[in-house]
Amino acid sequence: MIAIIDYKAGNNVSVKNVLNGLGFDCIVTSNPNEIQKAEHVIFPGVGEASTAMHFLKEHKLDQLICSLQQPFLGICLGMQLMCKHSEEGQTDCLGIFNSRVRKFPATEIVPHMGWNNLITTDHLLFKGLKPATDFYFIHSYYVESNDASIADCEYILPFCAAMQKDNFYAMQFHPEKSVEAGAIILKNFLTV
Amino acid sequence: MLKKRIIPCLDIKDGRTVKGINFKQIRDAGDPIELAKRYLDEGADELTFLDITATIEQRKTLSKLVEKIAREINIPFTVGGGISSVEDAALIINSGADKITINSAAVKQTDLITNISQQFGSQCVVVAIDTKFNDIFDEVYISGGKIATGKNTMEWAKEVEKLGAGEILLTSMNGDGTKNGFDLAITEKIANAVNIPVIASGGAGSMHDFVDLFTQTKASAGLAASIFHFNEIPIQNLKQYLSSQNIPVRCR
Repeated sequence: MIAIIDYKAGNNVSVKNVLNGLGFDCIVTSNPNEIQKAEHVIFPGVGEASTAMHFLKEHKLDQLICSLQQPFLGICLGMQLMCKHSEEGQTDCLGIFNSRVRKFPATEIVPHMGWNNLITTDHLLFKGLKPATDFYFIHSYYVESNDASIADCEYILPFCAAMQKDNFYAMQFHPEKSVEAGAIILKNFLTV
Repeated sequence: MLKKRIIPCLDIKDGRTVKGINFKQIRDAGDPIELAKRYLDEGADELTFLDITATIEQRKTLSKLVEKIAREINIPFTVGGGISSVEDAALIINSGADKITINSAAVKQTDLITNISQQFGSQCVVVAIDTKFNDIFDEVYISGGKIATGKNTMEWAKEVEKLGAGEILLTSMNGDGTKNGFDLAITEKIANAVNIPVIASGGAGSMHDFVDLFTQTKASAGLAASIFHFNEIPIQNLKQYLSSQNIPVRCR
C-alpha cells in the first residue's frame, strides 16, 4: 500500500488519480499508523511552508516522517519541507536534507510557472526518460543546488530540481501533472 | 529553459463546451471531457474551464465535472465561473482543480483574492481581467463583459498582484472571437506592469498571432478557444511552428 500524506496543503487528489491510473492502490491519510505501515510514502503539497510545518508538528507527523525507513517522496512544497530551513515565513523545516529554501529574486516573473527541462543525472528515478524532457513547475521558492542533488533546473538561476538521501527522495516539479514523463518517474520511485 | 504555454479554453454551459463571438452568439462545441482529452494528446500545456452559466444550483454539477476532469487529465487545469467565496474556491480545488479563476467577484470584493491565496497559496489564484479601450483608457469590465467598472486596467492589474494573485488572465474584449490577433498593446502594457505571469486571451486567429504575442510582449502564455475547438489550428502544428520561429515551447 502507498500512503499519500494529507497535511491540508493543496490537492492530493491528482497524485492519487495518477497512481490509480497506473494501477497502484493508495490511501490519502494523516494517520501515523497508516503512514508507518505503508510500503511507499508520498508527501505532496502546494501551499505555505510555516502553515504546513505547523500542521505537521501539531499532528506529530514531523518526527514520524524523519524516522521513516521506507522509500519516501516529497513533491514541491513537500521537498521544501524536507530541507533545513525555508525563507517562506522563516520556517525551520524537517532537516532531512541539509539545504536551505530561498525566494527567487524578482528579476524575472515569480512564480516559476510552467514547463521546464531538467538537467538530469543517470539516477534510477529518470530511467526511461528522453533527454531534456519538460516537467511542470509552479513555485516561488527554490532549493539551492547541493550535494544531494540528482537533477537541476534553471530559472533566473540554477536550482535543485530533485534530490535523494538514503530512502528520502524529493522533487520540485509535479510528476503528477507532467503527462507520461511524470508517470515514468512515479513508477520508477514505486519500484524502488 | 522555461517554455511559453499554449492553453485551450473551454467555455462550459450546462455541461457542454460552447463558444461565443464578442461574448455573444453562443454555439455548441462538444463534450468537455472528450475535448480536454484531445487537447491533452495534442500537447496542450494547461487547460482552462470557464462555466459561463454558473449558478448556485449548478455549483455541485460543476464540482462533479471537475472531479471527472481531474481523473482524466494529467496536466494542470484551471476552473472558473461564479466563484464568489473562499468556500466556492475550496469546493473546486478539493475536487481536483489546480487553480481557480475569479473575475467579477474579485472586483466586487477585493479581499477574496487575499483570502483564497492565503488559504491555498497564490499559485492557485488566477485573476481574470476583461478589458476594453473606451476611447480614453483601458477599462475593466465584469459580468461577462456586460458591466463597465470605471477601473483602469493597468492599475487593477497591479492591485491584484499586491492582493495575492498568482497569475493574470487578460482578455481583450476588442479582440475576443474576432480572430484578428491578440491585443498586443494592452498585453505588453500589463505584462510590463506586473511581475506575475500574464496569459493573453482574445483574438487568436492564426499561428503567426502566437509568434507576435511571444516576440512582441512578455506574455507567459496564450489562451484561445474556437481555433482549437474546431481544429482550425491543431496544437501540435502550432507548437512546431513556434519552435521553428525560435520560441521555446514544450514539444512531445
